[in-house]
Amino acid sequence: MSEDIINQVTQGEYKYGFTTDIDTEVFPMGLNEEIIRLISVKKNEPEWLLDFRIKSYRHWLTMKMPTWAHLEIPPIDFQKISYFAAPRKKSPKSMDEVDPEILKTFDKLGIPLEEQKTLTGMAVDAVMDSISVKTTFKENLAELGIIFCSFSEAVQHHPDLVQKYLGSVVPYSDNFFATLNSAVFSDGSFVYIPKGVRCPMELSTYFRINASNTGQFERTLIVADEDSYVSYLEGCTAPMRDENQLHAAIVEIVALKNAEVKYSTVQNWYPGDKEGKGGIYNFVTKRGICKGENSKISWTQVETGSAITWKYPSCILQGDNSSAEFYSVAVTNHFQQADTGTKMIHLGKNTRSHILSKGISAGFGQNSYRGLVRVSKNADNARNFSQCDSLLLGDKCGAHTFPYMDVNNDTAIVEHEATTSKISEDQIFYCNQRGISTEDAVGLIVNGYAREVINKLPMEFAVEAQKLLQITLEGSVG
Amino acid sequence: MLEIKDLHASINGKEILKGVNLTIRAGEIHAIMGPNGAGKSTLAWVLCGNPAVEVTHGEIIFNGKNLLEMSPEDRSREGIFLSFQYPVEIPGVSMVNFMRTAVNEQRKYKNLEPLSAADFLRLMREKKELVEMDNKLTSRSVNEGFSGGEKKRNEIFQMAMLEPKLAILDETDSGLDIDALRIVANGVNKLKRPDNATLVITHYQRLLDYIIPDFVHVFYDGRIVKTGDKNLALELEEKGYDWIKKEVETPVEQ
Repeated sequence: MSEDIINQVTQGEYKYGFTTDIDTEVFPMGLNEEIIRLISVKKNEPEWLLDFRIKSYRHWLTMKMPTWAHLEIPPIDFQKISYFAAPRKKSPKSMDEVDPEILKTFDKLGIPLEEQKTLTGMAVDAVMDSISVKTTFKENLAELGIIFCSFSEAVQHHPDLVQKYLGSVVPYSDNFFATLNSAVFSDGSFVYIPKGVRCPMELSTYFRINASNTGQFERTLIVADEDSYVSYLEGCTAPMRDENQLHAAIVEIVALKNAEVKYSTVQNWYPGDKEGKGGIYNFVTKRGICKGENSKISWTQVETGSAITWKYPSCILQGDNSSAEFYSVAVTNHFQQADTGTKMIHLGKNTRSHILSKGISAGFGQNSYRGLVRVSKNADNARNFSQCDSLLLGDKCGAHTFPYMDVNNDTAIVEHEATTSKISEDQIFYCNQRGISTEDAVGLIVNGYAREVINKLPMEFAVEAQKLLQITLEGSVG
Repeated sequence: MLEIKDLHASINGKEILKGVNLTIRAGEIHAIMGPNGAGKSTLAWVLCGNPAVEVTHGEIIFNGKNLLEMSPEDRSREGIFLSFQYPVEIPGVSMVNFMRTAVNEQRKYKNLEPLSAADFLRLMREKKELVEMDNKLTSRSVNEGFSGGEKKRNEIFQMAMLEPKLAILDETDSGLDIDALRIVANGVNKLKRPDNATLVITHYQRLLDYIIPDFVHVFYDGRIVKTGDKNLALELEEKGYDWIKKEVETPVEQ
């Protein structure tokens, strides 16, 4: 009987799968130094940044794609990708100059770019393909000294800050995908919160892949100066296409003394169809450093999209008494694969980290948690608690846990807990008997399971994330 | 209200119900008694549409509708409620959320607007008092970490919330101490109305001291073998089930 239910796949359609017909400038496919110079020229970049790109590219040529993840990655031809695509209209000064088609696109996605329409008090940087098309509330934030703009703009207007922090958390040589990104990154968001400022609104970047056969390589850099606070959210969607598209981003966060950064992600790239055709390859390097004393970085992610996810938002706890958190819900349905987790590197004294990972597998999905907790020799009284739970729907999916611990200090306390559970037929029948349909029952149970993580998201996104979980798992009952 | 005709059903290919006939009218309380393994719980499951049970023959008409063609959730929405013998734990799902979903699903089926948060909470408070349920329990996950007695009380609380037309109490008395038994029975009695009916499945006569049945049926080997009034329960208590077994099996041999 459970076979029947599993086979009743009534797939909820990916509702962001449309494309927008806009005039787009796309570079020819392929990657070489000339393309990189072209990107740099296009963006009017200073010499040092071009050097950074070229240095990265040359290093990348010596590297091989990593194979250690629990993923089956079809070969990727890096010469068959275009490394730059941009809506042709140049950076708009006001709303009137933004291509109305783009505005419509973001409206359709529920991202209002017209400031008078935003009720929630959230500032948005909207990135379409390789280019940031609009950043809202920039002026209001500037009054507080907060810089929130596209990465390209930051390079033009705040080159010192960018040069100081770019690559300081994720070095250009870090890993295959990060190095590729360092060579070809196109745009992204830049945030600087000055000393003692508490950012009064949520900052948000919304990434949209539109053009076909292009890769998206965005780069986000967030610097929180002493005694500051910021909450940042990213969301992303892509059209449904039969071919796979590559997304290789970098996020770097720097938290100075007493600063706190909360970074939340709702990742909803196109996951491919029921047969596993198409979908985004999501290879992302995210890392933050708690540089100063008492600083805090918190990652929250809800990962429901992408055909393949390879992502480990990490923290380096350098400042004494600093703390870091990682809360994650990762869903794999149909033929999706995810290898995700975190690294917590304890360097300072009295540093604390907390990991809470909730994996949900359905269909033929493969879901792996991979995490590293390292306590260095001088990190006295370091404390870590990790909890990794897996929930299985059906019997053709998989859940895997790869926790690594490397403890070099006797005063450290490192704990790890893991559970695996399945939604039982008894639970479903119990809900049915109370008038709750099987779909709704799964939604209730999954949202209950993921609640601890969802609760960490800013209010309005928590609601979105809940709906997303339910849609993602529609029809995947076991 | 409910008419079961020559019902045969099996679990994993083994026939458990072997020709059950039973008619329940609005306003009545029926009790089904019988030894372990007689098929009492299987009958409850068939009524609720548990997919583990396969109906091989017979029909069930509930308020003029063919029950066997309905999904389990629609049977619930039509007004069939089962107080589970072993209530299921659902970690992470709060009782409030669970009950609100259930109540609103029932309302949707009847083309009614969902209850507002305030109305819902008022309803919860009122029904909690009925079964003397602790406030703490409704803020926890469904049945998670509840004691045996708390789980049973929670079943009756849900019954009060959903106001079913036909309530089936499957061994609701097992695992209850005498005080809890009285509370649960009081709850059931208070919910009694001329337009609803109750089917009480039990081993022991004890519960029937509190919930007075109009009819008592003795279930044995997948069938109802004897029907009487409440005095039959007392007789059973006194003579034990062996008496029934003898009575049933003797004529078969003749």
